Amino acid sequence: MSEPVLATHGLCKRFGALSATDNVSIDLQPGEIHAVIGPNGAGKSTLIAQICGGLRPDAGRVELLGRDVSQLNTKARAQQGLGRTFQISALAMEDTVLENAILGAIGAAGRPWRFWRPVLKDTDLRERAMAALERVDLTEHAGKRTADLSHGQRRQLEVAVALTLSPKVFVMDEPMAGLGAEGSKQMTSFLDGLRREAPILLVEHDMDAVFALADRITVLVYGRVIATGSVKDIRQSAAVKEAYLGESA
Amino acid sequence: MIAERWINGTVIAGILAVLAYAILADEPFTITLLTRVTILALAAVGLNIALGIGGLVSLGHAAFFGLGGYAMGILASHAQTFTPLDLGLFTLPGTKSMPVIWLVAVIISALAAWIIGLLSLRTTGVYFIMITLAFGQMFFYFSISWSAYGGEDGLSIYVRNGFPGVNTLVPAQFFAVCFVALCLALVLFHRLQASPFGLALNAARQVPERVETVGLNPMRLKLVAFIISGAITGLAGALFADLNRFVSPTMFSWQLSGELIVLIIIGGVGRLMGPVIGACLFVALEHWLGGLTDFWHIWLGVILLVIVLFARGGLIGLLTGKEGAHV
Repeated sequence: MSEPVLATHGLCKRFGALSATDNVSIDLQPGEIHAVIGPNGAGKSTLIAQICGGLRPDAGRVELLGRDVSQLNTKARAQQGLGRTFQISALAMEDTVLENAILGAIGAAGRPWRFWRPVLKDTDLRERAMAALERVDLTEHAGKRTADLSHGQRRQLEVAVALTLSPKVFVMDEPMAGLGAEGSKQMTSFLDGLRREAPILLVEHDMDAVFALADRITVLVYGRVIATGSVKDIRQSAAVKEAYLGESA
Repeated sequence: MIAERWINGTVIAGILAVLAYAILADEPFTITLLTRVTILALAAVGLNIALGIGGLVSLGHAAFFGLGGYAMGILASHAQTFTPLDLGLFTLPGTKSMPVIWLVAVIISALAAWIIGLLSLRTTGVYFIMITLAFGQMFFYFSISWSAYGGEDGLSIYVRNGFPGVNTLVPAQFFAVCFVALCLALVLFHRLQASPFGLALNAARQVPERVETVGLNPMRLKLVAFIISGAITGLAGALFADLNRFVSPTMFSWQLSGELIVLIIIGGVGRLMGPVIGACLFVALEHWLGGLTDFWHIWLGVILLVIVLFARGGLIGLLTGKEGAHV
């Protein structure tokens, strides 16, 4: 295996008596989609928060592109190339679709300290934003207010904002959440192509999507990794069946 | 519905029409009222950057207004008594020059906003409101006890300060100075709102976690907005002191901070001309209703209540049919 793009080493996080993350070590290889699954309360969101910088682990470390980023905040990790999407869309609802994408472009350029020139007349920022919107098929909605988008379109915009950053790694928190069957299918084929640009750490509940996309799957239960392996390994693992997929699977 | 730019044009034209009438009818008091509108609007335009774009409900903006006022009062009082201002390490002469006073007012308020912002922006919501209020009150009580500069009684400046090429003793000319300052602040607000900084700040108000994940620091964006905001309100304070030729602790009072917020809410939060419309209405009510009853604030309260309940976008929102400042 080559050098991982993203890795955690022995991450631990406790909330009182609850061990939300218990000695979790996972890694993400170039070009792969690594899915993290687990029942509700398994600690997936807590894990993501520690990877992205919103939460400090009690122990262990996070490495991004071979560098220890455990002490960096969310902003600095984003600057290092970590592109994140949220489970519940975190978008500026009052702003237009284009403006949300431009926010990403401003972040990518790292220059928000310009007070005079209208941002919409800045062709560099605009082109970067429009390119990202085009990739998720939102070009024709660029002028719409984000609050007026459908749920599925907001999920697409969520991905587009991450795309404007040209990240080295994607961390996606349930990109399929709330999408219909058709939307899920589209998003699945989109993410399938995206892995060539940057590997994806995918937290997802939609098992069809996970089985279709993942190169590897890690199963988290009560904050602990109970299995890691290929789709086939996980489907066949007795421990996983018992703990998570239930009798029917 | 009416386009916002028509409303904006009408307001400016209206102010100038009243000015023309006041000059022709020789009513200097009306010009003074207009100047009061202009200066309050300027202070509120400053607050609108923090409150309207950045979502920072500061109940302490009187601190900057008062600092601007005292910058004028202290410099001018030293000039009128011909005593230098002793700063310990060195002394400075007082001055009666508006540009110099403004510069000092802007720098001092910006510095204060930097420090206050640095400490207050760690909190959000009600706590932010309370901590900014506390800072405002600190300045208020300090000014009351600062007997060297009049304490509770305030400071009188006998002759209005000068501006090169303008006879500031003529009400219309002093109004013109204030009006130009307001227009410049409005242009700044307009450019700022549409700039990359404005977009990022606006997003930091709505979804700070998103702003962080694109690699920007929402707190720093808000801090810079707070500093610019405080500096403009400080400039308004210096002009206000010059209008009255008097400075007192009431410029630091929390009621003033509240009034600035009320002006913005009445006109429209985050709207370019929101503070100007709010200031027009406020001064008109203060003048006419204030002449009829001492309790005119009740009617201001009723108007505010109606607007908050039925017209969340303020008067501009009501007229344009668009509740938000955006899109």
